[in-house]
Amino acid sequence: MTAVIIIRNGRIIDPINDSDGTGEIWISGNRIVSPGSVDAGDAIRYDAAGSWVVPGLIDMHVHLREPGEEYKETIASGTRAAAAGGFTAVACMPNTRPVNDNGSITTFIRKTAETCPARVYPVGAVSKGSRGEELAEYAEMKEAGIVAVTDDGHPVMNSQMMRRALEYAGSHGLPVISHSEDAALSRNGCMHEGFVSTRLGLRGIPAAAESIMVYREIALAELTGCRMHLAHVSTAASVDLIRRAKERGVPVTAETAPHYFTLTDEAVRGYNTNAKMNPPLRSEADRRVIIEALGDGTFDAIATDHAPHSVLEKDIEFDLAANGIIGLETAVPLTLALVRSGRLTERRLVELLSVNPARILGVPGGTLAVGATADLTVINPTISFVYTEEAVLSKSHNSPFLGQTLTGKAVLTICDGRVGHDELQAR
Amino acid sequence: MTELQAHVFKHRHIFGLEQMSREDIEFIIATARSFKEISNRSIKKVPTLRGKTVVNLFLEPSTRTRLSFEIAAKRMSADTFNIASSTSSTTKGETIIDTARNIEAMNPDVIVLRHSSSGAPYLLARHVACPVINAGDGTHEHPSQGLLDIMTILEHKGSLQGLKIAIVGDISHSRVAGSDIIGFTRLGAEVWLAGPATFIPYGVESTGARIAATVEDAVTGADVVMALRIQKERQQDPLIPSLREYAIRYGINRRRLERAKDDVLVMHPGPINRGVEMSPDVADGTWSVILDQVTNGVAVRMALLYLVIGSGKDNQEPGEG
Ligand SMILES: [Zn+2]
Repeated sequence: MTAVIIIRNGRIIDPINDSDGTGEIWISGNRIVSPGSVDAGDAIRYDAAGSWVVPGLIDMHVHLREPGEEYKETIASGTRAAAAGGFTAVACMPNTRPVNDNGSITTFIRKTAETCPARVYPVGAVSKGSRGEELAEYAEMKEAGIVAVTDDGHPVMNSQMMRRALEYAGSHGLPVISHSEDAALSRNGCMHEGFVSTRLGLRGIPAAAESIMVYREIALAELTGCRMHLAHVSTAASVDLIRRAKERGVPVTAETAPHYFTLTDEAVRGYNTNAKMNPPLRSEADRRVIIEALGDGTFDAIATDHAPHSVLEKDIEFDLAANGIIGLETAVPLTLALVRSGRLTERRLVELLSVNPARILGVPGGTLAVGATADLTVINPTISFVYTEEAVLSKSHNSPFLGQTLTGKAVLTICDGRVGHDELQAR
Repeated sequence: MTELQAHVFKHRHIFGLEQMSREDIEFIIATARSFKEISNRSIKKVPTLRGKTVVNLFLEPSTRTRLSFEIAAKRMSADTFNIASSTSSTTKGETIIDTARNIEAMNPDVIVLRHSSSGAPYLLARHVACPVINAGDGTHEHPSQGLLDIMTILEHKGSLQGLKIAIVGDISHSRVAGSDIIGFTRLGAEVWLAGPATFIPYGVESTGARIAATVEDAVTGADVVMALRIQKERQQDPLIPSLREYAIRYGINRRRLERAKDDVLVMHPGPINRGVEMSPDVADGTWSVILDQVTNGVAVRMALLYLVIGSGKDNQEPGEG
């Protein structure tokens, strides 16, 4: 049986087709079809008046914790959170236990994700065990379904290893995703180095710990001509390096996360472990530059770095607490705040959250063109809600935004022609 | 005591001097002064805190501060329990919260916490019903030490207003400096910091302190010179090449001290590495008030214990943090 879904009256924003206007989207099976081209007799109809219909959002940087730390998140719970946040696809980082450094783990993730409400694209490890010593088997993992490689969570400190990773990944058509951090410079640091860290007596991580590595990655991408994607960029100096590298035509792309354009290191005051992440929340000056770089195209993508941790890792001493916050269910409202303040156009939002992640990872999606796979998200940009612990679909609740009133959210998420999240309600 | 009673001390927990107003600090010290006399009696004990239970939870080794809190509690007839253990990031298994729950079973009236993690008192206070006094957390604050330093200066100078106070040494890793800088500046002193740049934390000027180019600049015309302890055991981070070079370039010796005012006070939070932070003749010289600091430590801690548990107030604010 091929279900037909019709979404009417929404503002359709589809940058690839250069379209932005009110219209109808028809879905038949798992494809977008032209309106009227199929029998609409018992179609499921949505009225999306006042909302935007956009290509399914793709979060290219999440941690799903399965296998190994299922008490924090599973592939099932993570994809439920993804769908609720408007994401039809996520790319999951390999720092599970065991690390996704071989085809069988990749296959396990793909298989587990088959029945989930969002697509899951595994990312393989750069090195075996993410130990930075030997290359992992990219060809086997690629065959099993990885879309990129990274040792995310750990920087690849050995420059020769990173060079070889780029070259070898390049020959298999895979981008390398860099967690850019000079581990010696950041060692034992637990927040941004600045006057707040001094005041709190917490060891700081200087902004340079990131930008030094960002520069190395750019130099290696330039040397090898292979594609390098820079994850969770947080500092003004990194932005400057990326901007200039792109001007020279170096094959680098970059993402930042909603927390870096929303919060600063001030959020750590009171030793709030829900504001502890790596890279850490930076200064107001960094935050401003990050916002600018989203608007001017220096950044290609917004990714959440969704990093679930239970209270066991978070309700402890700040310096011992785990790094990371969840982000799948807050990314849309936090990004919309930039649209409301005029820093981002609607079109740019869609490029950052859908079009470009699809392009960088080489996966389907990113468009609402007829014939495209039926991954789409309906966003109500004006609806307000209180983000509460009870409403969180992720298994973990480590978010600095809990208790806040957020504006704008995904009200309908359709992945592969199936409704994964629905607050719009068919009528 | 009329002046004392006029001030309402509203802090349930003692986390640091950052939360305290100038009036709070003056009030604590005035209270400490009234307790100091007890230590000079032949029977050094008053019944003020009889029946109260003080738990000294020292999760990082410290003999001096623990002893000082213990003496303070005993002089006021409180029952004290000392719990000590060493924590490290590898012993994550038993968390501070587990420990707190066990201590709760003893029904303490106050927990005095020493911990290697900055901010640990805030965490503890969220999980226990009684007040928490910070006896030093990581590299954040050591409020009772800051207060005893202020008390010692006040005894000799009458006021901190307009004084030039030089703090020399490892500011970055000193919780004493954390409290001193805030307390001294809040009471109107001009605080100058000196040491190699590896010892000066980022953005410390935001606290109101100034950074001197040299130790000589910091010490010149100073009313108080405070040297901080150099932690010999810090090795993973190359902060100074050798204690020898440090002693020569930054140690407080007689020659450097001559640049200070004639009635300069020399202070040190102890224990001193003699010949490193300070030459022996300076440490034991007539300027030195290091032993007054120790005496005042007991009085300040008596005052803190009294103010958080003994004064019978019910105007307590909810836990911060
Ligand atoms: Zn990372």
